[in-house]
Amino acid sequence: MIDDDYDAPSTGESAARPAAITAADVADASRLVSFSLQPKLLPARDTEYAELIRRYRDDPSFARLADAVATGLGLIVLEVSSRAGMAVAAAEDSVFAVRMGDYSRRAASESTDRFLHGLAHLAVAALAFPRPEDLADDGYLGRITVNGVDAFVRQACRRLEQQADLSGDNTDPSSDAPGLEAAWRVYARRSATGATKDARRLAGSTIGIVGKAVSFLVDSGFLQKTSDDSGGTYRTTARYQLQVRDMAGSAAMAELLALGVVPVSDGSATLLPPDESDDLVTDAGLPFHSV
Amino acid sequence: MTTTEAARTAPGPAADEGLARRLRALACTAPLHDLDSRKANLAGEYAVYGMAEVALAAIDLVTLHMDFDTGADRDQVLARLLPRVAAQAPEREWREHERVAKWVLESLINVGSVDRGFRAVYGTFGSDGSYIRRDYDFKLIEEVPGPDGGVYLRTTDEAVNVLVGALDTDVTSAQIAAEVKLEVLIRRGRLADAQLAAEQARYRTVQYSELLRRALEATRRNVRAVDWMETVPDLIAEALEHIADRYRHENAILTNIRKARDEAEDAEHKRRAAELVDIVKDCIRRHTQLQTRLLEAGPLFRAEQDRQAFAAPSSRSGLDLYGQLLAPVLPLPLEQASAVTTAFFRKGIGLRTPNAVRLTDLVDVLLTPPVEREHLGAELPEPDLISTPDDSRFSDEQLETALGLLDLPADAPRRLSGLLAEARRTDPDLPYLVALLAVHAASPGVGTAYRQGEERLLFAVDDGTRLDDEEFGGADLIVGSALLDAVGMAADRSEAS
Repeated sequence: MIDDDYDAPSTGESAARPAAITAADVADASRLVSFSLQPKLLPARDTEYAELIRRYRDDPSFARLADAVATGLGLIVLEVSSRAGMAVAAAEDSVFAVRMGDYSRRAASESTDRFLHGLAHLAVAALAFPRPEDLADDGYLGRITVNGVDAFVRQACRRLEQQADLSGDNTDPSSDAPGLEAAWRVYARRSATGATKDARRLAGSTIGIVGKAVSFLVDSGFLQKTSDDSGGTYRTTARYQLQVRDMAGSAAMAELLALGVVPVSDGSATLLPPDESDDLVTDAGLPFHSV
Repeated sequence: MTTTEAARTAPGPAADEGLARRLRALACTAPLHDLDSRKANLAGEYAVYGMAEVALAAIDLVTLHMDFDTGADRDQVLARLLPRVAAQAPEREWREHERVAKWVLESLINVGSVDRGFRAVYGTFGSDGSYIRRDYDFKLIEEVPGPDGGVYLRTTDEAVNVLVGALDTDVTSAQIAAEVKLEVLIRRGRLADAQLAAEQARYRTVQYSELLRRALEATRRNVRAVDWMETVPDLIAEALEHIADRYRHENAILTNIRKARDEAEDAEHKRRAAELVDIVKDCIRRHTQLQTRLLEAGPLFRAEQDRQAFAAPSSRSGLDLYGQLLAPVLPLPLEQASAVTTAFFRKGIGLRTPNAVRLTDLVDVLLTPPVEREHLGAELPEPDLISTPDDSRFSDEQLETALGLLDLPADAPRRLSGLLAEARRTDPDLPYLVALLAVHAASPGVGTAYRQGEERLLFAVDDGTRLDDEEFGGADLIVGSALLDAVGMAADRSEAS
């Protein structure tokens, strides 16, 4: 192994060796990281990017150098491959991290809006990867529609409402403790859509909130728009799968476990798979079926 | 001891349950009362309008126009609401009527609030005797996305209940009761009451199909959660039986009213009976629609069953986003659920590269003149135009004068002879043009005006008077302008398309 000679590129020892790392190598490694910060760019579309990806995979010392640059910038490398490019995520305190307040001003001040925006992202991911194996399978491409995501969450809320009705208790929330209101009520209460003066989507409606989440994910290079049907139809990218699988899913799971809620799974899907013939589900372009 | 006695004087939870239900029902009517008290705050004098009446009419219209799949079209509802508003204050201008109708509809949606709904606060006693204030959230008219991407209106269950005034009633039995009443009323010849009962029957029908729509929608999304062994087949069988029954019933009623319509001698009775025929026909149409959906339910279930049950089993496993995250989060209290979704949001949203601006760049950018827009394409060659000689019979000025002459107020038509004489005074050539325009107006372009949504139309009528003129012969036409209902036409057009 050639790279056994230089263990840590940042140490003075390796820098002393003339053949080890040159300024040009650092420039190339940084160039690769700068490509990773353009999430919509794919190696297949850019020869220089593709060449750097190849070099990362073939040359371990270069790989370590690029990793070090990324870490120094506050980035976490998720995967480097020709399908996803160099997929990076922002570390918690990185300058590249997106804060809720930058995302939506209302979400920063209103606890209900903060929840709705977060839930929209979770629901988009849940419908994009309905089965556990979809998230694990690298070749899987998910498809979602904006209206479908909203209809799906609404139906889940309606079922909870029916259960609450069946148990016969008065489930109207107490006025004095808004934080104790059940989360589904907040979603069910918010209007799905609304007419506006300028024919745009009503930003505060649930379809507006899901629409915002989806268009933000498009800008992050996580989704690609395929058509305008059903409020916008999108398919997922490899990067989104990595982000949900390695970052978001586990973070949310850890939070849920910390609350003492332990969801049990036997590894099988609780959402049923999409169908090949689209004519079965005509409403809302909703391809999945929850149990 | 005193504490237990005090607790005993407070009503128990069981008594409170009924009270809470009535309080909620009462709350649903509050937005309607509120309209009449808020109208004083509007800029302008709106006291003459009965806002609650307009609101109930609006809820009626939305309920009747929403069908199985979509809701009611907002513009149509507004257009149909206008005659009632106009009747309340006929001397006001139509723009104000439009404003009132729009205000009422938007208030029913509660456009200003972020949820677009209403909230009422009421209190109940808990089982331990403690008094808890609770929030009751409800909507009267909700906005739903249509298949074409537009926004449609639907009335909620609460609104239908407020409207019909029957809270917590069994839909099926209520409908039977209403129709028995209808038959009796028709036999006794009391058509006014019969119409009321028929309209109520129609509301029931709509309510019934709304319930079924929801059940079927859930079935389509979700096979295993719905009990296809007993509950759903029972429901469908029941509904089909119900429809068959209603169908027989309503056809019988239809025959009865038709007889009443044809035999009635009083014009008012005749008109009522004719309206009743329309209502019952609409009921039958709705039943047919419902029946079609019911027949589709079985095949739909089998197809869903096929594709869901025989899906290939998974080989690998990963995180189950729905079962392990989304589903457990929804029932949690807001505060806890928010912690989970925020964690997902922060890690799942991706990254943004911050903008770093240098002042010198900024100055350069701001001072750079805008770039010519190149997407306009190559410059077009200047076309070589030859001006054609103007051989028009009449000049533009003459046409303008003639049109000015014919711009008659809607309530004051004129004789052609008078117009010709007036035209002759300004220009000896002008009468020919006026006569030409008047003859054209004898067959006005109604279809074109309808399509283009014009507000007025010139027309001419021959009432048999001969034209006594030195240059022209024929009939002395009455020329006038007709005002057209542009809003109503627009609504009709969108309905037809």
